[in-house]
Amino acid sequence: MIEVKNLRKQFGPKLAVDGISFTVAKGEVLGFLGPNGAGKSTTMRMLTGFLTPTDGSVKIGTHDMALAPVAAKSLIGYLPENAPSYPDMTVSGFLRFAAEIRGLSGSERDIAVDRSMDYCFLKPVRHQTIDTLSKGFRHRTCFAQALLHDPEVLVLDEPTDGLDPNQKYEARNLIKRLGETKAVIFSTHILEEVDAACSRVIIIDRGRIVANDTPANLKKKTPNGKLEDLFRQMTVSDTGTKHS
Amino acid sequence: MNRNVANTMIIAKRELAGYFTSPVAYVFLIIFLLLTGLFTFMIGRMFERNEASLDAFFMWHPWLYLFLVPSVGMRLWSEERRQGTLELLMTLPITQWQAIVGKFIASWAFLALALVLTCPLVFTVEYLGSPDYGAVVSGYIGSLMLAGAYLAITCFTSSLTRNQVISFVLSVTICLIMILAGWPPVTDFVRGVAPSLVEFVTAFSVMTHFEGFQKGVIDSRDFLFFASVITFSLFGTSLMLRSLRA
Repeated sequence: MIEVKNLRKQFGPKLAVDGISFTVAKGEVLGFLGPNGAGKSTTMRMLTGFLTPTDGSVKIGTHDMALAPVAAKSLIGYLPENAPSYPDMTVSGFLRFAAEIRGLSGSERDIAVDRSMDYCFLKPVRHQTIDTLSKGFRHRTCFAQALLHDPEVLVLDEPTDGLDPNQKYEARNLIKRLGETKAVIFSTHILEEVDAACSRVIIIDRGRIVANDTPANLKKKTPNGKLEDLFRQMTVSDTGTKHS
Repeated sequence: MNRNVANTMIIAKRELAGYFTSPVAYVFLIIFLLLTGLFTFMIGRMFERNEASLDAFFMWHPWLYLFLVPSVGMRLWSEERRQGTLELLMTLPITQWQAIVGKFIASWAFLALALVLTCPLVFTVEYLGSPDYGAVVSGYIGSLMLAGAYLAITCFTSSLTRNQVISFVLSVTICLIMILAGWPPVTDFVRGVAPSLVEFVTAFSVMTHFEGFQKGVIDSRDFLFFASVITFSLFGTSLMLRSLRA
């Protein structure tokens, strides 16, 4: 469903993403791991058509993002980093707006909004304006927006960021469940999440893929079977020190 | 309905509703009506003119709009950038133009509403005598075009920055330059320095092009002037947004 070929992104002199290629099939949950500044968000922004790649291509389903952006985008549900939404709108108003943009109207729209609110436990705050909500609710409102049209592809940039442990647990279960029928890619720097939800892991460092395997296989590569050690071995922190 | 139109309207609907969920809309409408009243009657001396026309009303519009229109439009793109919702908007299955036009239309419709609310003035001149309704209608059309031109400029400046204040100041400055290019003290100065340039400079002024509308003349060139300022500014907005995503 997602096919990324040799993706590169240059910001001025800085090469943020340096030739990344991977595919995600339906029924797969791909965990996107990497230290801060490794190029995770930039990759996801190119994947969803927000940023134009310097080089390389993105294909969603049968649609090329550069050639048919609207068709490609209609297959994606996207939760951007920091979960932006319109603070002066109510939760249900915001979701109705997003559903309409997705081409849903009338009762179809209301059913979709209702279902998304159920998924994300938003029913109690549906009539509240978003700026009165706690961070967790705001985050889930944006998450709900990504699920409205029952997309075939889900791109989630740090979906569990800012959630409390209970909410994190719920979110992981939701991702796992959604991954049974969709192609899901989500970024995180919480390693236990990879174990809990992913069928495959990509570790990126300084814009390049340094590992692409199942969590079980990756664990075998370390002497004590801990993903954390592998992560530290393979990546450089933004303070510039290589861990050993 | 055509998907293009439908998407533009969905964007416009959300944007327009946004004005009314905050006090912004009400504060703006009240201030707008107070100021037009003040300028028309106190400074324009509409009653002392002894004529049933809205000249005393329309003549202030280029100056009134100078501050009021940027205050309506300054948040259009700045706020999307600051809140990060730009990313959301640009990854929804719509084109960039649908978003730009939708947001522009919403704000323009809001300004049109403010203008409609000045209709008691029309009743006043009707009561005073028999006004030239051609001039009244063309005055309103001209005023709406003028507001649209200022608004499009503000739309562009708001795409340049995530800061609403900067967006406001920039658009006031650009609009002011477009007023001054046709303001007698400035045109007299230009005439003194380089007489051949006078026509060139005044051609860029909103004053020159708004004048005809006030007199009841809808000249296609004046209409075209405002329409091209709008098109040009929205095109600039599109380029700016594209460069943000490059």
